[in-house]
Amino acid sequence: MESMLSLLSLGADGWGDELLIGAWVTVRLALATLPFGLVLGLAVALAKNSGQPSLVLAGNIYTTIFRGLPELLTLFLVYYGGQIVVQKLVGLFSDTYVEVNGFLAGMVALGFVFSAFSSEAFLGAFKAISRGQNEAGHALGLSTRQTFRLIILPQLIRLTLPALSNLWLVLLKETSLVSVIAYDELLRKTFIAVGVTKQPLLFFTVALLIYLVLSLISSTGLDAIDRRVRRGERRVA
Amino acid sequence: MTVIGEAAPAKRAQTGFPAARLAGWFFMTLWIVLGAELAWKLTSDFDAEFFGKYFPKLLEGLVVTLELVALSMVLGGLLSIPVALARVSRNRLVSRLAFFYVYLFRGTPLLAQTFLVYYGAGQFRPWFEDMNLWWFFRDAFNCVILAFTLNEAAYLAEILRGSIQAVPRGQTEAAQSLGIPKAVTFWKVVMPQAMIIALRPFGNEIILMIKASAVASVVTVFDLMGATRLAFARSFNFDIYLWAALIYLSMVEVLRRVWDRIETRLTRHIGYASSK
Repeated sequence: MESMLSLLSLGADGWGDELLIGAWVTVRLALATLPFGLVLGLAVALAKNSGQPSLVLAGNIYTTIFRGLPELLTLFLVYYGGQIVVQKLVGLFSDTYVEVNGFLAGMVALGFVFSAFSSEAFLGAFKAISRGQNEAGHALGLSTRQTFRLIILPQLIRLTLPALSNLWLVLLKETSLVSVIAYDELLRKTFIAVGVTKQPLLFFTVALLIYLVLSLISSTGLDAIDRRVRRGERRVA
Repeated sequence: MTVIGEAAPAKRAQTGFPAARLAGWFFMTLWIVLGAELAWKLTSDFDAEFFGKYFPKLLEGLVVTLELVALSMVLGGLLSIPVALARVSRNRLVSRLAFFYVYLFRGTPLLAQTFLVYYGAGQFRPWFEDMNLWWFFRDAFNCVILAFTLNEAAYLAEILRGSIQAVPRGQTEAAQSLGIPKAVTFWKVVMPQAMIIALRPFGNEIILMIKASAVASVVTVFDLMGATRLAFARSFNFDIYLWAALIYLSMVEVLRRVWDRIETRLTRHIGYASSK
């Protein structure tokens, strides 16, 4: 028991600090992916809601691809494919060797997946917000952008929050895949610790618990946001 | 303040439409170019030797993937029934335990769970050998099945619980007032209706499992993803990933369409499908 605690302690002997750094990297990766995935998802949803057949089709193709591919495969496609593309682009000007950063590849791949799913949530919300809201905004002399920012967006947040909360929790778990391309997030750090200490059971259990704590913190925070955006709703007893 | 008049709607009618159309054309052109590039890359660059060597491996991997998905769905489905029942149990301890099980497996990454089972089992090797169980844990495939089953049971239990609770109470009450025994009510009245509610989330779960099963490749199982990674490691030919992507995509799309058909067929007496 004592040896286990010393293995998990902070500092030079223990792996506690390594795991915590890994957890921090995991959180950073998820946080960096979130805005990227949200903006892209919103753009795709706007395309699918545009009523312009070509734009709708383009949006649907995007969703079909990134919702259907395994996340791990998307990650590899972005990581290795990105490597090839970037190398070709750089190769036009010089012959330096470039390496795609694991963080960036993870962020882009997970962002694609996140946006494919979130666009569906946004689209559902668009359909739920009646056309009259837009028209009323225009009748008040608001520009299209103002109508979106002041009238549609607040409702959009409220309507999509449950689905987006779910997607955030999924994203948090999916960051673990980036360990496969040797990026030092929580799971990879755990893996290294296991390699040195030969204590897989202890360390992977601790890693699971850290993920659990992260999602617990997230759900608590998301519940608070949910209560806040719903404060205007009448409660039905 | 500008005069509110015809200006605003007129402006929208002029600028909004062509911009959307231009964007639509642009993105469709982009997709078509990418698609053509992909088709060209996979056919003109076609290396018969490479293809002949690795494509059969990919198909073998596909079979392993299907086995993984089928086995873990069936076993997870069986395990999910007691978990769901425990979850709605009136015994606080039992329902708490089931809740914790579900929360643990749904709140943590499948990859980490797979690592725990696969590498954790190795730590107990002498013990498993004593118990004559080592043959099971020695094979990565079995470890993956175990991890996937435990994971899937947690998700399916939640679907099952939600669907059972979504069946209106009146159904149970009506059955009781007819003097139908509790067990018969559960299996013949509540369950069939719950199954229909569970149909859609269950279909989604299969698709998620197909995608998630790629994780098995990380612990040396040669499923479709594993075969692809091996082929790439040996040949450094990126095409193999594109082939794998096409196979995964068609698998998911076919399943999605078939499932839609099944759902339409099974719910034709309620008319759910037409309103969807």
